[in-house]
Amino acid sequence: MRAWHFTEMPYPHIPPFDELKNTRVTIPNRLFDPKIGADLYNRYLDEHCIADELGLDIMLNEHHSSASCIDSCVPLPAAILARQTKNARILILGNPIANRGEPVRIAEEMAMIDCISRGRLDVGFVRGVPTEINPANSNPTMTNERLWEGIDLAMRAWTTHDGPFNYEGRFWHKRAVNIWPRPYQQPHPPVWITGSSDRENVRKVARHGFTFATFLQPHENTRSLFDEYRKHYVDAGVPHQGGTAFLPLVFTADSDSEAEAGAQELLWYIRSNKTEPQFKNPPGYASIALNVMALQGKFGGRTEAVRAQGLDYMMEQGILIAGTPDKVAARIRKFYDQVGGFDHLMMMQQAGHLDHRRTVRSMTLFAKEVYPRIKDLPPTVAPKAAAEPALAK
Amino acid sequence: MQEHNPQDIHQIGPSDELKLEIVRRGSGPPLLLMPGEDGLERDAPFLDELAKFYEVIIPSPPGFGRSSRPDWITGPDDIAYMMLDVVDELGLKNVPVVGFSFGGWIAAEMATKDDGFISKLVLVDPYGIKTGKPTEREIQDVWLLSPDEVTALKWHDAAKGKRDFKSMPEDKLTIVARDRETFARFGWEPYLHNPKLKHRLHRIKVPTLLIWGEHDGIVTPKYGEAYRKLIPGARLAVVPQAGHLPHIEQPQAFLTELKRFLD
Repeated sequence: MRAWHFTEMPYPHIPPFDELKNTRVTIPNRLFDPKIGADLYNRYLDEHCIADELGLDIMLNEHHSSASCIDSCVPLPAAILARQTKNARILILGNPIANRGEPVRIAEEMAMIDCISRGRLDVGFVRGVPTEINPANSNPTMTNERLWEGIDLAMRAWTTHDGPFNYEGRFWHKRAVNIWPRPYQQPHPPVWITGSSDRENVRKVARHGFTFATFLQPHENTRSLFDEYRKHYVDAGVPHQGGTAFLPLVFTADSDSEAEAGAQELLWYIRSNKTEPQFKNPPGYASIALNVMALQGKFGGRTEAVRAQGLDYMMEQGILIAGTPDKVAARIRKFYDQVGGFDHLMMMQQAGHLDHRRTVRSMTLFAKEVYPRIKDLPPTVAPKAAAEPALAK
Repeated sequence: MQEHNPQDIHQIGPSDELKLEIVRRGSGPPLLLMPGEDGLERDAPFLDELAKFYEVIIPSPPGFGRSSRPDWITGPDDIAYMMLDVVDELGLKNVPVVGFSFGGWIAAEMATKDDGFISKLVLVDPYGIKTGKPTEREIQDVWLLSPDEVTALKWHDAAKGKRDFKSMPEDKLTIVARDRETFARFGWEPYLHNPKLKHRLHRIKVPTLLIWGEHDGIVTPKYGEAYRKLIPGARLAVVPQAGHLPHIEQPQAFLTELKRFLD
């Protein structure tokens, strides 16, 4: 079991949610004070450096036009941390390739960061959540098709070493793809893909041997996704790649009452996700079957469903894990059993107004008192050992 | 609502990947009707009246209704060429063409490519052009505004725009959901216009009438006036007490304008 420290890098100093129509897409950036923003960026990067010192791995993500996440260019913090950390693996989960486009540029950025970090990069590719459609002005339909064509092109860029190749696909046309540098890790950095319900997507991830990650899902859903993955998993022979990953909110504390208070702070992330219907469900983002349910008033989005349930439900389901080290370790081991095992625990250990001191205390308690008690949980697939990069012929 | 008839599905062009739903209503000389993105025309009262004088031919564009949606079709430019194949296959000659909203845009695209089969062209609150500055919102953003805001802009009387989806059968809802997806696929970017179209509209040589809802807040009569200026000899008729769908909100006033032009 590997454990990853994560914060979305929130900018929580915004008006009360009931005074805002949206915390994403339309929230005006006059509410962003660059001096506060500067402090926040440096603080979150410091916490990632502390994660490295504590023996944790690091996870980063990217969103746009959002107070919930001011990391709008994820290769930047990844590149900074490639220099400033020593041991942690650095996971980008992920590159919004379906919205951003530019698969070749992404392949170049990732190859550079992989070299600078001497092979510590894990590369996620994501379809992007619905609220990302408008900031990117990407067509809300064909998001899966763009995701997979983008991955195909980026991976060809990483693994072609004999000079330029051309690519004339459905979405991208490139004349002379020939990236310098090539990735440090061979044949390429481990690839991760996220998913939440689409079974065909899970099977595709498994058949490629990529790592499959899912966020904030009830444990029954998580189990069925992970079971589907394991049933179809094919080992691609890529070091560190493969297996399943789960992201809950995690807060480890010295006492139950502090754990409860910390948990409430982390819930800012769930509460802050306030957007109007046109941003939650742009036309063609979700399947036609889901949109038929939406028209019937039977589907309002998965995050909405979780939000409506409240704290007890989230604790019960493993979406939120909070407590003293004993309790956190026990809950993670129980979750491991509930989902048929998993390989990566991605922890949102900071959200909202949770300050530096309490964030670092929680991270430290986790690293020193919880991690040793879950590290032995065996991998659910057998990843290959890291190999030295081979020179291209 | 009219029931689905398998005989309405027609293969268009040499490949079997493109199958269009084409329905016919009424009898008389043919009239080609290009429906809007909401597909409301087939069940609207104005159509019963029109069907007394014409055989109204209504093709659903790719991805709308029960028509297939091949990947290669990426926007109205492709749809227009494909619709000219429909015209050829049906042997339409010297027919009036009436297009609504998104269908009006397609009709305009068709006419710039080949207006030889068209007797008269009617465009009802069409999208398709942009004449203003980059930051000018000439076509209100139906995907950025909330559903309530869009309804308020689209209808003069918003109550007429209410649709009861909860009691609609699932096969009809599937068409609604797919229509919305297809509209976004073809209209997302460039947003509901083709930058080339305004440079091609001068090619339309047939008599052209633009009919516009006075209170259309999505594309206003001012936008209609800019459209009119780009089509030689075109006239603009404004229907009072109507929004983006004057044929639905004010069928009588709409038909009066339409008949006066076609007769």
